[in-house]
Amino acid sequence: MSHARANAAAADAGAGALAGHLPHDRWQPLEWVFWSLPVLAYFLFPDYLVLATQILIVGFFAVTLDLILGYAGIISLGHAAFFGVGAYTAGLLAAHGWGEPFTGLMAAALVAGVVGFLMSFLVVRGQDLTRLMVTLGIGLMLFEAANKAAFITGGVDGLSDVNMWKVLGVFGFDITGRTAFWYSLAVVFALFALARRIVNSPFGLSLRGIREGPRRMPAIGSPVAKRLVAIFTVSAAMAGVAGALLAQTTQFVGIDSLGFPRSAELLIMLVLGGVGRLYGALVGAAVFMIAKDYLSGLNPVYWQFWIGILLIVVVMFGRGGILGRLEALWLRLRRRI
Amino acid sequence: MTSLLGVLFDGVTYGCLLFVMSIGLSVTMGLMNFINLAHGAFAMVGGYVCVIAMTRLGVPFLATLPIAFIASAALGIVLERTLYQRLYRAPHLDQVMFSIGLVFVAIACATYFFGPSQQPVVLPQFLRGQVHAFGVDLGVYRLFLIALVVVITLALHLLLIGTRFGAQVRASVDNATAAAGMGINVNLVFAVTFALGSGLAGLGGGLGIDVLGLDPTFPLKYMVYFLLVVTVGGAGTIKGALVAAIILGVFDVAGKYYVPEVGAFVIYVLMVVLLLLFPAGLFGRRT
Repeated sequence: MSHARANAAAADAGAGALAGHLPHDRWQPLEWVFWSLPVLAYFLFPDYLVLATQILIVGFFAVTLDLILGYAGIISLGHAAFFGVGAYTAGLLAAHGWGEPFTGLMAAALVAGVVGFLMSFLVVRGQDLTRLMVTLGIGLMLFEAANKAAFITGGVDGLSDVNMWKVLGVFGFDITGRTAFWYSLAVVFALFALARRIVNSPFGLSLRGIREGPRRMPAIGSPVAKRLVAIFTVSAAMAGVAGALLAQTTQFVGIDSLGFPRSAELLIMLVLGGVGRLYGALVGAAVFMIAKDYLSGLNPVYWQFWIGILLIVVVMFGRGGILGRLEALWLRLRRRI
Repeated sequence: MTSLLGVLFDGVTYGCLLFVMSIGLSVTMGLMNFINLAHGAFAMVGGYVCVIAMTRLGVPFLATLPIAFIASAALGIVLERTLYQRLYRAPHLDQVMFSIGLVFVAIACATYFFGPSQQPVVLPQFLRGQVHAFGVDLGVYRLFLIALVVVITLALHLLLIGTRFGAQVRASVDNATAAAGMGINVNLVFAVTFALGSGLAGLGGGLGIDVLGLDPTFPLKYMVYFLLVVTVGGAGTIKGALVAAIILGVFDVAGKYYVPEVGAFVIYVLMVVLLLLFPAGLFGRRT
C-alpha cells in the first residue's frame, strides 16, 4: 500500500505537477478560474466568438497531441491526419443528409480511432526518428488521398455543403456563432475532463513511466506496446472529435485540415504552452491563434518569420513553454517570500 | 523498353541529386544523433546564391557552384557554432521544433527577398541538349550531374577512408565519448562535418534548380525526401545514403511516370514498408 503510494508520488513529482501537492484527481481552484475564462470571453468579446470557438477546438486538438507526446513521449508530425479524418467524417455525414451533431462527433471519433488504432502498430515499433517519419508519411498519404478523391472530398475546393441540424433539436448554428461557441465549449470541456482523468489514472502513470524509462517498464510487468497502442488510439479518436467540431461549427471542411502545416503548427502551440500538462496545450493554442490573428493580418510572410524566431527562442531559452516558465517563476517567488 | 531506360535514367539522376543534398544530413545525424529538419534550407541557400551570382553578377553557371558550396558551408558553420551545438544533448522534440523554426525563418526570408515565384536558371550551351545512346535520349545536363555525383562520392569515400580527418569522423560516429577520450577534438570534427554537409547541400541546391526547381517552399517540399534518404539508408553511412537515394529517386520517377494517378503515394508507401522492414535503415549500424 505504502509502496504504491510512494511510487505514485514519485512519478507525479517527476511529471512536473505543482510541487507540494500529493497526487490526486481533485479539481484545483485555479482550474475553475481557467475554465471560466472562455465564459468571460463570451460576454466581454462578443465580436470574437468565431476566434474563441476556433481556439477552443484547436486547443483541444493540441491536448490530444499532448496525450501522446507529453505523457507517452511519442513524437508525431502527422497528427492532423486524425483531425482531418474526423472533419471529413462529420462533414460527409452532414453533407449526405445526417446533420445530427452529437452522433456526427461519435462517428468521427470512431473512424479516427480506427485509423489511429491501425496506425499505432507502425508507430509503436520505432524510435523517435522512425516515428516522426511514419507519422509524417501517413499524414502526407492521407492528404494525397483526400486530394485525389475530389469527387468525395471536394479536393482543394473543400467540402462546403455541410448542413448541420440543430443541437438537441433546439439551437441552430447561425451567423452569430453563439451556438457554435457553447456547443464547442461543452464538448471540449467534457472531453478535456476525460483526458484529465486518463492522465491522472494508474494508466496515465504507467504512460509517464514508459516515457521516462521504456526499458524499465517491461521489467516491472507493464505491457509497453499495448499501453502505447491504447493511448495512441484514444488520442486519435479525440483528435477526430476536434476535427469534427471544426467541420460542424464552420460547416466547411478544407483540405488543409489534413495538411502538414497543421501538424507542425499544432506541435508549435503545444511546445509554446508547455508539454505534458494538458493546460499548456490550451494556453499555447490561445496565444498562438490570437498572435496569428493579429500578425497575419499585417502580413502572412512576417507571421511565418516571427513564428520561426519564436520557436527557436522557446527551444533555446524557454524550456517548458509558457506554463513551465510561469511555474518556475512562481516557485522562485514562493521561496523568496 | 526505351521508356523503362528513360525512367531509370531520370530516376538515377534524381537520386544522385538527393544524395548530394542529403549526405550531409546523413553524416551529421549519424555523428550527433540530431534530428535536423532544416537541412533543406541550406540547399535552398545554395540555390539562391547560384541564381543571384548568375543573374545579378553575371558569373557563369559552373563557377557559381563552388560559390554556393562555400556560402552554404559558411552559413552552416556559423549556425552550428551559435545554435545547433547547444542542442546536441537536448531531447529530440526540442531539435525538431528548433529546426522547424529555422525552416520557417528561411522560407519567410526567401519570400521577402526573392518573392514567392520559381527562380530561373540558364544552363551554359554545352550542358544543354541531348545525347542519343542505347535507343534513348539522355539529357547532357543529367549526364553531367551523374558524373559529378560519382566524383563527389569517390572524393567523400577517400576523405573518410584515407585521411586522418576521415578516421576522426568515423571514430566520432562510432562512439563520440570514446573518441573524445582518445584525444580527438570531437567538437571540431562536428563543426567541420556540419559545414561540409551544409556545403554539399548548397551545391546540390544549385545543381538541382534545373531539375527540382527553386522557390521559397523548397525546404518543406523536399524535407521528406532528405529525411527518407537518411532513415532508409541508415544514418552515418555513405553507401546507405547513396543506395537509398537512388532507390527513392527511381521509384519516385517511375511512380509518377507509370501510375500518375497515385504518383505521390508510391514514395510514401515505399518509405513505410522500408522502415518497417529495416527499422535501423538498410545499412544502419545503430538500432
